[in-house]
Amino acid sequence: MDFDLLHNLFYQRALATAGFIGFANGFFSGFVVLRRNALSVSALSHTMLPGIALGIFLTGSLSQWNAFFGALFAALLVGLGSVAVARGNRVEQGTALAVLYTAAFAGGIALLPKIGTRQELEHWLFGDIIAVGNTDIWIAFGIGTLILLVTNLLMRPILLTLFEPHVAAAQGVPVRFIQYLIFTLLVLALVSSLQAVGCVLSVGLLVTPAATVSLLTDRTSALFWGGGLIGGIGSIVAVLLSGSFGIAPGPAIVIVLGLLFIAAYLFSPKYGLLAPHHRSRINEKSK
Amino acid sequence: MSDDHHDCCDHHGHHHELVIENVSVSYRRVLALENISLATSCGNRVALIGPNGAGKSTLLKAIAGLVPRETGSILWRGTTVKKWSREFAYLPQREDVDWSFPITVRGLVEMGRYPQTGWWRKFSTTDSLAVDKALESLGLLDLQDRQIRELSGGQQQRAFLARSLAQEAHVLLLDEPFTGLDRNASQLLGELLNKLAHEGRLIIASHHDLNSVPQLFDEVLVLATRSVAFGPVAEILNDDLIHKTFNERAIPK
Repeated sequence: MDFDLLHNLFYQRALATAGFIGFANGFFSGFVVLRRNALSVSALSHTMLPGIALGIFLTGSLSQWNAFFGALFAALLVGLGSVAVARGNRVEQGTALAVLYTAAFAGGIALLPKIGTRQELEHWLFGDIIAVGNTDIWIAFGIGTLILLVTNLLMRPILLTLFEPHVAAAQGVPVRFIQYLIFTLLVLALVSSLQAVGCVLSVGLLVTPAATVSLLTDRTSALFWGGGLIGGIGSIVAVLLSGSFGIAPGPAIVIVLGLLFIAAYLFSPKYGLLAPHHRSRINEKSK
Repeated sequence: MSDDHHDCCDHHGHHHELVIENVSVSYRRVLALENISLATSCGNRVALIGPNGAGKSTLLKAIAGLVPRETGSILWRGTTVKKWSREFAYLPQREDVDWSFPITVRGLVEMGRYPQTGWWRKFSTTDSLAVDKALESLGLLDLQDRQIRELSGGQQQRAFLARSLAQEAHVLLLDEPFTGLDRNASQLLGELLNKLAHEGRLIIASHHDLNSVPQLFDEVLVLATRSVAFGPVAEILNDDLIHKTFNERAIPK
């Protein structure tokens, strides 16, 4: 590791951003795992590309803000649109999401040749955490704090809604509001990780940490806090290591998180493939 | 009606009565329940029987406030229940539960305290004690750290019952609680429901095995979208009525 780097302002900012985004998104990944909607997260993240393209197309230039609002707008439109369509009970949400996000993606592809900033779009696709500016840091911190605050304040109604929506509704929990809220926070989390890992890899940050924790424990609260810790520490370690291995920090973050997941999959004392109890547990279940 | 249930009401010093009047429910303009009325009181175990699609689950959900009622009223202990009462606990059908949800038995039972704690208040000693007591009375203390899928069918039913005890519910609404249980577990659950009724609770459960109704329940409501008959099991359950309600060959013998 190159210790001079640690005194570099860009590098310090990159580390702080990675740690914070990793923690906030890792925390939120608990809800993604509980809702079992990792695939829709992936769909939403792809929706952000046409959103950014639209932002540039409408304003004529690429800036943090128009990309941010373009992505937010497209993701909200597709995400909330799919929830609204699915409320009719006729079309399942996954189906609605696939229809809307491929349509939006097609729109983005149609727009791409008209805006001529493809070079910089690459950067939105895969992120560049070393190049984070002050605006990016504030966006990431603001969104991360909002996610942590809102989810912690509403933890009980959110859990009830995820586990038993009908019972939650009967108890007076505004289930529809909570569902829209989770979706909105999810989109915000995706946008906040744009700068660090880009819209394609952001799925990794929003799914992998809690997926790893779910292999290690059955406690619901551990999914969130454990996911946050794995996301935060994993991201910082990845940025530190990325230089030594000569790979870009964004992919490094997602690779490190993926390796941690595989380690948990193999070695988890309770659910691991190589755990001593694994075989007997399966037998027990088949009885 | 058995004498036991009068004992229970004496024990409370009140008559805890549940009066359901003219309740109707529609799903997308299709009538699922039409003008259901019944009156019963705590200490009873009421079976809801009827052919598939007769509205057994719907009635339970309507009482629990899970589906909106089109008409009618529900009166519990003299007070109208508008939408939901903390004293009512609904126990879902087994296949409606997300068993792989990462929650422990204790976590599930703690959810029963949410109506008391609200969204923000911290768990107090009273809350923890209520959870401990509920776990203990259903013999789940040793299993409290298990994930809910790692329980047997009978234990899973008991975990949900423990949650309703932690909620301090008086009326337990169970959707097909005996389905999928083996003989031994069924017998245990039957004894448990009997005990809970003796302690002064009102048990209402949908049930499909007509043969076991006399052992497991005190009263029975025969449903076929409308109320066909309601009363003590011994008076209501006769071959003629069963034949009329389940008018195909679908009479389990």
